[in-house]
Amino acid sequence: MSYSTNEMMTVAASRRLGNGSVCFVGIGLPSKAANLARLTHAPDVVLIYESGPIGAKPSALPLSIGDGELAETADSVVPTSEIFRYWLQGGRIDVGFLGAAQVDRYGNINTTVIGDYHQPKVRLPGAGGAPEIAGSAKQVLIILKQSHRTFVDRLAFITSVGFGEGGDHRQQLGLPGNGPVGIITDLCIMEPEAGTHEFVVTSLHPGVTREQVIENTGWAIRFAAELGETAPPTATELEALRALEARTAAAHGQSGGDE
Amino acid sequence: MAELLSLHEAIDRFVGDGDCVALEGFTHLIPTAAAHEIIRQGKKDLTLVRMTPDLVYDLLIGAGCARKLVFSWGGNPGVGSLHRLRDAVEKQWPQPLEIEEHSHADLANAYVAGASGLPFAVLRAYLGSDLPKVNPMIRFIECPFTGETLAAVPSVRPDVTVIHAQKADRKGNVLIQGILGVQKEAALAARRCIVTVEEIVDELDAPMNACVLPTWALTAVCRVPGGAHPSYAHGYYERDNRFYQQWDPIARDRDTFNAWIDEFIRGSEDFSAFQAKLAAQQEANR
Repeated sequence: MSYSTNEMMTVAASRRLGNGSVCFVGIGLPSKAANLARLTHAPDVVLIYESGPIGAKPSALPLSIGDGELAETADSVVPTSEIFRYWLQGGRIDVGFLGAAQVDRYGNINTTVIGDYHQPKVRLPGAGGAPEIAGSAKQVLIILKQSHRTFVDRLAFITSVGFGEGGDHRQQLGLPGNGPVGIITDLCIMEPEAGTHEFVVTSLHPGVTREQVIENTGWAIRFAAELGETAPPTATELEALRALEARTAAAHGQSGGDE
Repeated sequence: MAELLSLHEAIDRFVGDGDCVALEGFTHLIPTAAAHEIIRQGKKDLTLVRMTPDLVYDLLIGAGCARKLVFSWGGNPGVGSLHRLRDAVEKQWPQPLEIEEHSHADLANAYVAGASGLPFAVLRAYLGSDLPKVNPMIRFIECPFTGETLAAVPSVRPDVTVIHAQKADRKGNVLIQGILGVQKEAALAARRCIVTVEEIVDELDAPMNACVLPTWALTAVCRVPGGAHPSYAHGYYERDNRFYQQWDPIARDRDTFNAWIDEFIRGSEDFSAFQAKLAAQQEANR
């Protein structure tokens, strides 16, 4: 089956979510990938949304972080304060699944502003739940489309911390979680290098060249010595993803969540 | 005891110029009708607090009601930017807007602290983030027992909170179901609380452990069916996703926005007149 680069990205991200893991889900691409995981290899994954649903099992992708179907299909619906206090800060989240406007080589995330904070070139939505998810989830996965504007040498603003300035900086800061373990894009998969914690390409998606990745990265991106090739989406994965998107379009009149 | 009032009277009596106001509802039960009434009555210099400003604060900011915004995520969910918020921040239109920016966990904790009668909230947050550099209200303290560095933020204690809920009984006890967000905490953190409801019933029939706000903890209850549109009221109506999309071109341009609020909000006597006008327009465009 032929597939798009966006489909490759979503499928590659969904594969990183283990069955039975407890996942704090961001809206948009993370929610799409997390629900694809639940509908394919990880039926027992527990999806938690910041609006309050624990164990949500939506048939269509939510357009907002608090859609009614998330509550109706959840094991429990708790107040938003409880989500952040008991379940996230309490240390019960295995994987935080985040999107981003921009990332840097250490997996730090900007979702606040481009340009000067007080005289911004572009005002982005802001932090939402991401800073504490990035801080307290045991692991973090980041999914976003790759370009030299989104993968930047220096962030204008660090909203959520990955490995800070690299090395053991995250540990020095005292953040309880282990930080980002993967950045999944439409071109490749990046993982933190042992020691430096700089993100390097560990797997290229089929048909993608090193040059393409270099062109679309704002820093001098490095490639792992043993560079892999991502397995293409299987028919099962593609059918599940397309059916999910079709149900979403039917339910909402829009596809929901590529941004 | 809460008074059962018209929304007009509740906003007139309990929201004052210069007040700190929280209209809460986390994508669900957003009190849009109350925002319209605040615009109709021309309230000004408000400090607006809300985790997700959403369309409801895009309206109030664009209409010139706000002096300051306290928030943690300012987008149009599933669509893109809040253009009135961005125009106010980037170009000071229609007037400068001071912003105080937090994260969700921070503001949720700050509401809990407000409802708890505490001066500040403590949480594990912000280490390494740039947010404390641009928001002096985010500070750090040392745990007196372990020495751990923790974030401290002032509690949110609004002059008035407005929330929307499914129903109230005739005494003014309110039942909220579905996604709760921070409605309960915001209601109890405020000096005064106005609740708009879909309907007023003889018996709440609330299940044990349901989220019920007792009448004696509230100031006013107003019946405003559909008052959370374009967000949704679980069990009553669904989110109007199309309106969230339609809002984008309306809010993108200053003149279009002004014309829209003049016609649809200032040009409507109340929320039901607004609903009739909007329905007629949607019908004509079909």
